[in-house]
Order: sequence, then structure tokens, then C-alpha cells
Amino acid sequence: MTKRQLWLRFIAHLDRQLLLGIGLLLLTSLLVLYSADNASFDRPLGQLRNIVVALACMWLVANLPLHYLMRIAVPIYALGMVLLIGVALFGEISHGARRWLNLGVMTIQPSELMKIGVPLLMAWYFEKHEATLTLKNYFIAALLMLMPIALIARQPDLGTSLLITASGFYVLFLAGLSWRVIGGLFVAGIASAPVLWSMMHEYQRHRIMMLFDPSQDALGNGYHTIQATIAVGSGGLLGKGYLNGTQAHLDFLPERTTDFIFAVYSEEFGLLGNLILLALYSFVVWRGFIITSHASTYFTRLMAGSITLTFATYAFVNIGMVSGILPVVGVPLPLISYGGTSMLTLLLGLGMLMSIETHKKLVRT
Amino acid sequence: MKKHVEFKNHQREIYHFQLRLIVSIGFVLVLLAILLVRFFYLQLLRHNYYQTLAESNRIAVVPIVPNRGLILDRNDLVLARNYSGYTLEINLNKVTDMEATINDLSRLVTITNKDRRRFKKLLAESHNFETLVIRNRLSDEEVARFAAQQYRFPGVEIKARLFRDYPLGEKTSHLIGYIGRINDTEVNQLEESDLSANYRGSDYIGKTGLEQSYEADLHGTTGIEQVEVDANGRAVRMLSLTPPVSGNTLVLSIDAKLQEIAEQSFGDFRGALVAIDPNNGEVLAFVSKPGYDPNPFIDGIDPQSWDELNNSPDVPLNNRALRGQYPPGSTIKPFMALAGLNYHTRSPEQTINDTGVYYLPGSSRQYRDWKAGGHGLVNMFKAIQMSCDTYFYGLATELGIGNIYNFLTRFGFGQKTGIDLEGETSGLLPSQEWKMKRYQQIWYPGDTVSIGIGQGYTLVTPLQLAFATATLANNGVAYRPHLVKEVRSSRSSEARFIAKDPLYDLNIPASQLDLIRRAMVAVTQPGGTAVYASLGAPYHIAGKTGTAQVIAMKQGEKYDAKNVGERLRDHAWFIAYAPAENPQIALAVLVENGGHGGTTAAPIARKVMDYYLLGKVPKPLTKADVQESGAHD
Repeated sequence: MTKRQLWLRFIAHLDRQLLLGIGLLLLTSLLVLYSADNASFDRPLGQLRNIVVALACMWLVANLPLHYLMRIAVPIYALGMVLLIGVALFGEISHGARRWLNLGVMTIQPSELMKIGVPLLMAWYFEKHEATLTLKNYFIAALLMLMPIALIARQPDLGTSLLITASGFYVLFLAGLSWRVIGGLFVAGIASAPVLWSMMHEYQRHRIMMLFDPSQDALGNGYHTIQATIAVGSGGLLGKGYLNGTQAHLDFLPERTTDFIFAVYSEEFGLLGNLILLALYSFVVWRGFIITSHASTYFTRLMAGSITLTFATYAFVNIGMVSGILPVVGVPLPLISYGGTSMLTLLLGLGMLMSIETHKKLVRT
Repeated sequence: MKKHVEFKNHQREIYHFQLRLIVSIGFVLVLLAILLVRFFYLQLLRHNYYQTLAESNRIAVVPIVPNRGLILDRNDLVLARNYSGYTLEINLNKVTDMEATINDLSRLVTITNKDRRRFKKLLAESHNFETLVIRNRLSDEEVARFAAQQYRFPGVEIKARLFRDYPLGEKTSHLIGYIGRINDTEVNQLEESDLSANYRGSDYIGKTGLEQSYEADLHGTTGIEQVEVDANGRAVRMLSLTPPVSGNTLVLSIDAKLQEIAEQSFGDFRGALVAIDPNNGEVLAFVSKPGYDPNPFIDGIDPQSWDELNNSPDVPLNNRALRGQYPPGSTIKPFMALAGLNYHTRSPEQTINDTGVYYLPGSSRQYRDWKAGGHGLVNMFKAIQMSCDTYFYGLATELGIGNIYNFLTRFGFGQKTGIDLEGETSGLLPSQEWKMKRYQQIWYPGDTVSIGIGQGYTLVTPLQLAFATATLANNGVAYRPHLVKEVRSSRSSEARFIAKDPLYDLNIPASQLDLIRRAMVAVTQPGGTAVYASLGAPYHIAGKTGTAQVIAMKQGEKYDAKNVGERLRDHAWFIAYAPAENPQIALAVLVENGGHGGTTAAPIARKVMDYYLLGKVPKPLTKADVQESGAHD
């Protein structure tokens, strides 16, 4: 085997267009992290490590044949449930929430695993019952989805549970849940809002209230939103220029390498930069939809569609929260925020997309 | 069949899935549109607003407090100055257990009970978010000791600051006044007069005296430093600087040495002295005894010391020279005589026969002369020289209250002199209208009689009497009395002079002035009531003694200094100017409970004039020296 053949084999299961979009977003991440960390290589280097590990995992998943994906659905889900129950019983408390499980060698956040585990299991379930889908199957799928979500919401981690709900719902939706049921759920959701409100923790209510009037608590919870909105707004059309963002560099922006990194980007690159970033995300999402439409099996269609929609949702929720139209929930900006776990989860998902795209071709030939 | 159905189902499923996919794409496009609209709103429509917010986040305007202007005497001797020193300050926000912190601090630096009380008072008066001074003027050793332990005291810090200091202390207290921490009322006043911007960062403002009346000159212009700050408020770099402009220097007409001599000459007596250069209105000495040390007031006096000052029977906080109102007594007589000449009521040669008692026509009420049996035949000259009461009872009656009021008003009686100090009182020159308004009573002829000898309703301040004497000395040409001679600009070498031009000229004929002058010189010569005043003086002194009654005598009762308590004894007055032929200094001296003007007040005046005219420094004088008070006027 020549070097070239080896190389071809190596990249065989990587989708080039998806890889291009991912690569540009990851480059942006390093660029913005350098600025957000006050022109230090500390965070960019750390992120580079995260990227390398996550890309390797993505490559592995991309090379995984489809039936493997089907086969790991149940074990992943089961593992996730066990860990979530473990968290509920023995989890470590930090910032008033029980989210982490200390396994001795490392601490893990099982809810991250469920971001993939839930849609995976649901897609697997629908594939199993593809021939004889009735309303009962949707109900069971919804139940499978809601069990881990309830555990996560109890931690409490409202943001993650909502996002997993979204990715599970996308599976239900793509699996053809009837419009009438969707409409009914929508009405029921609105009707149950007061009940949910009464069940929420004080800080969760606060965050939602803040969305309507952040100035109410300008030095407390509203501070994040106010400062981030100022950063975005003051960026203007062309931005203040790379490394020139005053909000970011004078410490006014909180969590500016993680959840609020979009404010740093937007302040320095302005509306023009925002349009470019949205174009990059749109490109990835567009490619995701193309792959979804090509997908050969029921399972892969549902899985690809859910991954793509979830990716878009993450980007929307983060940007919406930073620019002050959504409450502050702990959602990182996909592929840009600093952090190993979210990078891994996202690239695993995108790796699945690649696997779905490339193995289908192989099946055909 | 079965396979056919499955195939059909598959096709339909694909179709349904594609439909759902298109709906999904639509959903994503809606999300995209929401973000685009939001960006458009934030970054284009509201860009200026957020730009401003970001700038105000970033830029802090730090005021730089200007150095307060100095106050110098006429020979450039320093009366109020600034010196740099260290204070120990506590940030109220960062310290939770104040008591424990202060106790800990007291092991490092000396914190007296006075300091604690003062701090408690400041604490009670303070607004939130403030730092308060616990100790002033730390020694270098204390600074070093605290600096080594500072980590134990978050919220406590040492600050280098400029302090105000009044080197002459109580000798100039009623003149210079003092500065103190700006209170709520002053904050409101500053806001109303649009000055609050210039007081950003300023902690102190003039409270009394010249510090108050020349606040606008002394304060200076606050500088502005624009710095970029981070979210913690730490300065990152300087963006621009407008340096502060120090306050202007006040150069007083006061002669500090003269002031000191005048102050000391009172010995243990209470009273007031105002000396004026009659040629221009410059105040040369301005004394109110007793004074008080103004220095503790700057950072808030402790309550105990304040109570001591405030409740003292000597009322040291009362500015007697400016605000004390006393009957002028016989010092009014030269002015009454001038009124008589002015209205041709009496000619200089006209004599009366003083039998020691005066009766109003058709009345049996006795108005007694201070000298039993009277002075015999008396003309105007003699009446002033010997301070004949009977002569002036008659003169006042003949003049009538209307004429008296009109004429004395011209010499400034009953009005504020307009000196450059706040809080001056106007004294009282009675009139028919005044009495009607005040007591709803008509004016009786009997009221006029005692006005003639400076008793009755009439009240004057030592400053007013000094001003009237100066006007008299300067042949009726009046200058507004002022303590500040010039205001030296801190920016340029320019100086602004205060009150260069005369207020008015009373146009009194020279012959009348000459008669009064000769009579007043005779007062200080053998045969006059203040012989001691000019004993051995190489220049002529024109003077007039006076006595202000503290308690009213009943008809037929005789005043006896030895039988009344010290604080009920008469106040002694002496007004004078010298040299009589070419007056350089005019003054009024009041000695509270001093008895007779010639024995207690006149010697004080003499010492002041000797120093001013001859440069002679007197020996210190005590109460014992003047205790042999002769009880006559």
C-alpha cells in the first residue's frame, strides 16, 4: 500500500464539506480564545488539545460501520441511566447542583453522554418498530426520552434537560409524530407553564425574569446579560478590531472563554463577523440536512436529522442568550467555546453524520 | 402482497420524511432570521447607545482635588497652610466588625478615646459607601508598623493627604475660621449653585470665617483624570489629564503681630477689638476673646470637646467682634455732637449748666449724670472731654429721634458694614417706625433721652463702632472694612484688590471735624476720661470712653462695681484713632465686664497703637494690672 493509498483510506470516511466547515469554526475558536484570554496562548493551547482528542474520536466514529452505531445505542443509554442514578445518589455538589460523578480517576458529567444517548436510543427504537409504528410506539419513545431528562432536571440542570428534550423531540418529529399530537403537546406545554414555574428553583425563575428586565438585577444575575448585550451592541457594523474589545479585555464580560465567547467575537468583529459566523454554522447545518436526506436507513435518517437540528439549536440558544433574547442557560457555543466535554460530544455527533454519509456510499457499491 | 405494501409504505415514509425535513429547514431558517434581526437591532440601530455604555464602563473620571489656597497676613506670614501627612482610613463597606477592627488597630497605632468618639460621630453622620478617618497625622513609625500588618486589615488603608493647619490657632480663629467635612446641607447648596462638579472628590469646605467667605477663591479648580478601568475598578491606563488649579492665595490686611499683641493685651478679659486703617478700610486686627483652636474642627471635633466649647460661659465660639451687640454707651457722644452741629441744634460755644440731673420739660423723671452734682458749665468740647451725660440728654431731646436716626445711619449704625465675613449682625439704631413695628408702641420723648448717651435701644457691634470711628478719623470718607487686601491668583502673577475705592463721603465741614477731633484728643489728656491712654505717648490719640450697662439701674439706685457679680459688671468701651492729626489707625475696643473704658479698654488700645505706629512690643498684661478699676465714666 502506497502512502497515497494509506492517506486515501485514512480520509475515506471523512466528509470533506463537513470537515471544511468544522475546520473553519475550530480555527475561529482558537483565534477568539487568544483574544478572550487577553492575548495569552494558555486557553488556545488547551483548546487545541481538546480539539485533537475530539477530532480523533470523530475520526473513529466516522469509520464505525452503521450497524455498530445501532448496536451501541442500548448500552450507551443504559450506561447513561446508571450514571445518572449514580449522580442522583452519590454525585458531587458544586454551585448548588449535583451534576458530577467522581469515578476516582476522573469526574464525569453523565448528562453530556445523554445528549447523544437519548436520540441514539430513540432512533434505534423507531428503527426496530419501523414497520408497525403506532401512537403507542411514540408514547414509549417519549417515555424513554423523559426518564433521563427528569433525572437531569432534578440535578438541577434546566439547560441540558431542555436541550436533550429538544434533540429527543426532533427524533419524534422526524419519525412522523402526527401534527395533531404536536399541536396538543404545544397547547399542553403552555397550559402547564404555571405548574412548571412553581416547580422551578428560585435561580431558574430569576434567570427567566431577568430576560424581561435585566436591569432589575444589574449587579447580580442581570450582569451577565447586560454586559454581553453591551459588548455585542458596541461592536457595531465592523467591530472594534481583533484584540481591541474593551468589554472583554477589561474584564466586564464574565465567562468569556466559555459560554459568553460569542460576546468577545461579536464585539471585535461586529455585524460583519456575525454574518460570517452564522454563514459557517449554516453551512455545517446545510451539509447536515443534505446528509440526512441521503441517509439510507430509517435509523440513520432520524439520527442525522436530530444531530443536525440539535447542532443548530445549540448555536441558536447560545447566541440568543448572549445577545439577550434567551435566558442564561449553560450552553456553550458549538465548536468555539472552550471546553473538552462539549467539543467531544459535538464532534462525536458530527462523526456520526460522516459515518452515515460515507458508509451509505460503501453499502451502495 | 405484503412486499408490495412494504414498498409502498417505504415510499410514503420517504415522502413524509422529506416533508418533515423541509419543515426542519424552515425552522432553522426562522431561528437564523431571529438572530439576524437581533444583530441588526443591537449593532446597527442601537449601536450608539451600546457604544456609550461600553465607553462609560471603560472610562472612569477621577477628580484630582486642588490644593487649597493659602492665607497670609499683610507681611506674608502664614495664617492657614497645607501640609502633607498620613491618615488611617476605614472603608465602611469592607469592614464588618468595626469595634474589633478598631481594637486591633489600637495595638499598632495610638487610637485615643477622643479619636474613637470622633469616629463614632462621623459614622453616625456618614452616608453609605464611604471611607472615614480613624486617625490623623500618623508618625512615620506608625505608618511603618501598620504597613507591615496591613494584610490583616482588609478595608483599612493609609492615605497620604494634604491637611489644613492654622499655625496661630485661637489667635486667628474668629478671623480665619476653619474648614470641615462637607455636610448634607452644603451638598445641596453646591448642587443648587451648580458647583458640585468642581467639588467631586473634595471632602472639605470652608465652614466659618474667611475660609467660608472666600471659599470660591480658596478651593481652586478640580482637575480631571480620565482613566481606563477594568471591571474591578482598577485603573489600567491614563487617557487624559486636566491638571487641577490650586486655590488662590489670600493676602490679608491683618498684621499677624498686631493681632497677637491685641489678643494678648486682653489678658484674661473677654471682649473684642477691631482696628482699621481709616485711609482705605483695611482691617489691621480683628480680635474676639476668647478664641478657640480651629484645628480640631477640620476632621470633626470629638463630642466632648465640642460640648466644652459650646457650653462654656465664656462662649468662645461667639464672634464678638462681628456678632456681639452691645449698647455703645458714651462712645456715641462724638457722633451725637456732630449731629448737633450738622442740624445746627447746638453751636460749639453754646453752654449748658450741668447740675447732675436732667429733666424732660414738664416731667419729674430724673436722668442722672454719671458724676453726682454735675460738671457745671459745659460746652460741646467739654461735654465730650468729660463725657457729660446731661449735655447729651438735652442735645438728643432737641435733635429728636428722626434726626438722630438719619445722621447716625450715615456712620453705619444699625446696618451691616459689609465686611468680607459671613454672619455679621446689624446692631440696632432705633426709630419711631422700628418701635411701632417691634413693640406696637409710639415713641416717647423719654426714649430719646437715653439714646443721647448710647443707652436705651441702641446696639452696636465692635466692628460697626470701629467702622464709624474710622470714618470719623478719615474726615467722613468711608471705606468698606475688609480683611482681605488682595487675592493672588495661583495661575498668574495677577492680584485682585478688594475695595480700593471709598464707599461715600459724608461731606462734613472741616471746622466741625476739627472741634470733635480736638475734644477727643482732650479725652486722652489730663482732664479727660482716658488719661492713661496717652500717658507718655509721642503722638496724639483722639479717643472716647464708654460704658455699656449689663444690668439696668432703677430710679435712684446707684451702681457700685464692687457690689455686683463680675459677669454683671458694665462692659467697657474705648474708641480711638491716632495720630490724631494724620490718622493711620482707628479702633474700637470692648472689654466685657471691664467696668470703665478708660481703665481697661484704653490701655489695650494704646498697646495696639504703640505697636502699629512705633513698633513697640508691650509686656504681657494680666487682670491684676487693671484690677484697680475706677468707677466713673
